Amino acid sequence: MPDETTHLLDIQHLHTGFRVGDAFYDAVDDINLTLDKNEILAIVGESGSGKSTLATSIIGLHNPKNTRVRGTIAYNGQNLVGLDETAFNKIRGNDIGMIFQDPLSALNPLMRCGDQIAETLKYHTKLNKQERKEHVLAILERVGIPNPKLTYRQYPHELSGGMRQRIIIAIAIACKPPIIIADEPTTALDVTIQAQILDLLEDIEKETGSGIILITHDLGVVAETADRVAVMYSGQIVEEAPVNELFAHPLHPYTRSLLNSMPQLDNVEDKLHVIQGTVPSLKDMQPDGCRFAPRIPWIPASAHEAHPTMHEVGPNHYVRCTCYKTFHFQDALSSVEGGIVNVTD
Amino acid sequence: MSLIEVKHLKVHYPVRTGFWNRITSYVKAVDDVSFNIEAGQTYGLIGESGSGKSTTGKAIVGLEKVTSGQILYEGQDITKASVRKSMHYNKDVQMIFQDSLSSLNPRKRIEDIIAEPIRNFEHLAPTDEQKRVQQLLDIVGMPSDSIYKYPFEFSGGQRQRIGIARAVATHPKLIIADEPVSALDLSVQAQVLNFMKDIQQAYHISFLFISHDLGVVKHMCPDMAIMNQGRFVETGTREDIYEHPQHIYTQRLLSAIPEVDPTHRQQNRKHRQAVEKKFQSEKKDYYDQNGRVFDLQQLTEHHAAAVKPEQADLCRQEIEHDRYPDELPLRMEVE
Repeated sequence: MPDETTHLLDIQHLHTGFRVGDAFYDAVDDINLTLDKNEILAIVGESGSGKSTLATSIIGLHNPKNTRVRGTIAYNGQNLVGLDETAFNKIRGNDIGMIFQDPLSALNPLMRCGDQIAETLKYHTKLNKQERKEHVLAILERVGIPNPKLTYRQYPHELSGGMRQRIIIAIAIACKPPIIIADEPTTALDVTIQAQILDLLEDIEKETGSGIILITHDLGVVAETADRVAVMYSGQIVEEAPVNELFAHPLHPYTRSLLNSMPQLDNVEDKLHVIQGTVPSLKDMQPDGCRFAPRIPWIPASAHEAHPTMHEVGPNHYVRCTCYKTFHFQDALSSVEGGIVNVTD
Repeated sequence: MSLIEVKHLKVHYPVRTGFWNRITSYVKAVDDVSFNIEAGQTYGLIGESGSGKSTTGKAIVGLEKVTSGQILYEGQDITKASVRKSMHYNKDVQMIFQDSLSSLNPRKRIEDIIAEPIRNFEHLAPTDEQKRVQQLLDIVGMPSDSIYKYPFEFSGGQRQRIGIARAVATHPKLIIADEPVSALDLSVQAQVLNFMKDIQQAYHISFLFISHDLGVVKHMCPDMAIMNQGRFVETGTREDIYEHPQHIYTQRLLSAIPEVDPTHRQQNRKHRQAVEKKFQSEKKDYYDQNGRVFDLQQLTEHHAAAVKPEQADLCRQEIEHDRYPDELPLRMEVE
């Protein structure tokens, strides 16, 4: 592993808990992650796996009254956990840009699009009004808006979904932040627009050398854009690997089940693989033991670790718990595609 | 005979402007669309948002007023509400909605939600009715104590299954499924799709499957149509559409699907950009001067695409060539 100081963002033992009644329940449970320059890190998981909570913890959007964040998020020599609002406001937008899922609700409906982008610049830079406008027009052009001058004066409702998402991206990259967090940036968009937005994100990463955290539930999007992937399940990272490695040799039972439940493009007549049970709710999460165990009941308890840890199984490839060694699919039929893996260790 | 024959269906919305609020123009949400749904089969409607696929579905159920055209069910035109009522059409055709939470009444228990269509069409004793509801919950694999719960107590996948149970309650012949899985997670999506297939086999139900997800449609539907701007751009079997797409819009849509194979990422991206470029430069060959999609041209027995009549012969040759590739190459492969 490279020296720790070289990481752009270094998350160690992050816990984010929400208050339910008088107790706190950890939606993000002991996450260790790093992000480097020039890298797209994808975080994959189903709804309720804590991937968005992780993002909002990094950018400090939690209400301290009802949330408890512990651990360290090291950025540029300082710990982002526990910073006060004034200090955080200097970082948001300037050092960490955020792209939200639903562009319509993320934009202010009463402000012209151009002014919303200029707002970030006004807060973080010393540019005057004219310079800001020129800058905004350049950014609008950069994110592929066909007529920047017109769009500058338009309101969000006048734009299509893809255009609105481009405005959001423009706001996020306005100050050229070294870190961009994209939380489901293409979920609300059509496939053709999705492809354009993903291309745009990739181009931005190449041009500015930013590190991008891409949060998504779509494995196709991951395969097309990510460099490194972390799979989350019920608040924990269960597998982390470079993208080619993960899709070629998925190891954790959850990753393998997820890949298996995608509609395969070649065998259309077969039934889809279904993961038994449901994602546990915040209150029902087991404090210890393998959290995926209840959903693969045919694997004996002895195969799981009592206190699962991340195991290094290959270069930069980590898997939680030992159950991956003996895991097999219940019915032989569904294990044909992407299921059989040769574990050599 | 087909279960449903849709003939030249048009749904236009008037645009009113000015002081007198006169009708100045029309939004052509669905503009001259024809297709058949066979009994026990699944027909797929694919399109981006705003293409009119949901409006088509709603027009068939009778939730949308049809401007012109016919929807034939057992030989009778059911675009009039009185005809629908007289031939039990409302019982035979049901709908599954995209957003399961907003399509279930939050103040009703699951028992009442599922029993509502039964109460509408059949008069059962309370005990029989409860038995039926239990059976329906069994079919969709829900625990029996869920009849006394409320919709908010269930997860998204469970709610969608309740929606399916409600749709199946009246023993329908056709179910319109409007984006039934697009709000669901991958593993839950698999569950719901499997249920839909099981129910189709067990009760011989037809589906009109409306979706924007090309992977899901490929899994579910042997026949399908691609919609764009309220018109069909291409219809055909699964093989026709996915292996031999003729219309530029179909090709563009297919190239935009992300592939679950990171090793071919660069090629996919190049291919996608090449198709996009082709789409921009050849747009005028596929749309008339008003940007309207051409009429469908029959290319093979089951494959039709909206191309110019003079282009159709070339397309036929291409399909022929794709099938029997040992002859001379006709088309340059897009890099």
